[in-house]
Amino acid sequence: MNDCKHLHGGSCGDACCLKIENLTVKIGGETILDNINLHMHCGQLVALIGPNGAGKSTLIRAILGQREYEGSITFHTGGKKEKLRIGYVPQSPAFDRADPVSVLDLFTCCIFKRPAFLPPTKQMRAKVTECLMRVHGESLIEKRVGALSGGELQRVLLALALEPMPNMLILDEPLSGVDVEGMDLLMDMLDEIRSKYDLSILMTTHDFSTLEAHVDQVVLLQSSILRKGTPLDVLNSDEFARAFHMTGGGEA
Amino acid sequence: MSIWYAICGAIGGEFLSMNFMRNALLAVLIMAPLFGILSTMIVTGKMSFFSDALGHSGFTGIAIGVLCGAVQPMYFAVGLAAVFALLFCFVRSRSSQSADTIIGVFSSTAVALGIFIATLNGNSFTKFNRYLIGDILSVTPGEIGLLALVLVAVLILWAVISNGLILTAVHPQLASSRGIATARTETVFTVCIAVVVTLAMSWVGLMVINSLLVLPAAASRNIARNVREYHLYSVLGALGCSVAGLVSAYYLGCSAGATIALYLAVYFAVTFCFRNTRS
Repeated sequence: MNDCKHLHGGSCGDACCLKIENLTVKIGGETILDNINLHMHCGQLVALIGPNGAGKSTLIRAILGQREYEGSITFHTGGKKEKLRIGYVPQSPAFDRADPVSVLDLFTCCIFKRPAFLPPTKQMRAKVTECLMRVHGESLIEKRVGALSGGELQRVLLALALEPMPNMLILDEPLSGVDVEGMDLLMDMLDEIRSKYDLSILMTTHDFSTLEAHVDQVVLLQSSILRKGTPLDVLNSDEFARAFHMTGGGEA
Repeated sequence: MSIWYAICGAIGGEFLSMNFMRNALLAVLIMAPLFGILSTMIVTGKMSFFSDALGHSGFTGIAIGVLCGAVQPMYFAVGLAAVFALLFCFVRSRSSQSADTIIGVFSSTAVALGIFIATLNGNSFTKFNRYLIGDILSVTPGEIGLLALVLVAVLILWAVISNGLILTAVHPQLASSRGIATARTETVFTVCIAVVVTLAMSWVGLMVINSLLVLPAAASRNIARNVREYHLYSVLGALGCSVAGLVSAYYLGCSAGATIALYLAVYFAVTFCFRNTRS
């Protein structure tokens, strides 16, 4: 495991690991991502930061397979290639408040074949309750998705991303629209999930205050990777200051 | 049909004494759930303006059919509406303009083309009036059979795609991350609306058909708390208003399509008063 902690290292060793090699994305002749190389290990929480338009969403899309790219994205366990199963938590404020869709309906549409307009079976309800328990949200099952608070919605989407259990979790701006208490709750929950289920978590964020307490690796992206390392290292680097137009290294 | 006539005879009443009324009632009983079901996803998918545009393209199809001397211009209309729907999906996926704008482009083109063709060589427009107002009393047993087939097809389609469709409508990014072919699902649904709207146009009338595709679900949304209730209140509302509208139209001698639409508007108003206020 020791050489897995090598953040700039070349090899994944035998551990389970997501390997992004020479990833380049061009859209309409413009290079959005330029030669990205990144290794993420299971159980690691990685934060992707960068100014607006730096290519964070594009990188996520590429990993999700929704965007064409050059280079390779592979997933290995024990030295063998394996199919990557990703749980994705999209950016949240997209639900129409008036939509008559309950949390149970949302799960039904995602994980069951049985149409949501039919009454759910006992097994379905039990399964969804089990999923929601992973995020301590079993009381939300009958609520309409439009009526959830920002933090509640993030937890529901997180529970959804964990079914079926993925080996990698991607969260797009999970902290936006969530109050300070909700942020701590969410970060604690991510900590719990990655150690309990040994999966790697990649999240984009603009909130740098939570990084140091919870994150293993910070990746500063602006078309290419400007710097990666521990939160302290990246946040105090000149690259960070330049990317966010601050003079000298300092607290964000 | 003879079984249905026997049932109607048993129910009795002046209103059901004529066969054309019995036909109309059966047609309405089949169309109402069809509209009730489709309307749920038209409203959730924010496509109410779009279904209106599809009706216009159906009219263009009928005009082309008449021009070609077809005995049944309706089949031209169904075909053209389907092509129109596919073309719309294609342009929307390739254009950065909002769906709203593209619908406007298609809708106005379809109407203009329809009127252009209909009035070519100094032809009178009046023979097309029946498509604008619609006449449910003209429905034949064969057409009712066709409607029943369409209802069965839509129910089967719904069992297969509704989960994906709901997810696509409420959260497209989430849907595609769950492996749903969002574009294909939406295209299938779009073509489905095109076929139903065009088929029903000559009985319900182009000018009010969209109200049947929007109002049931719009009313249902006021009070439904989940997908199940949403479908239930939408279909029940459509059924109740359709039967009430047909009966009222018979006694008042007015257009059935318009009367049904008015009942649906009342249904919306009533549910609005009892809407979900707690969040």
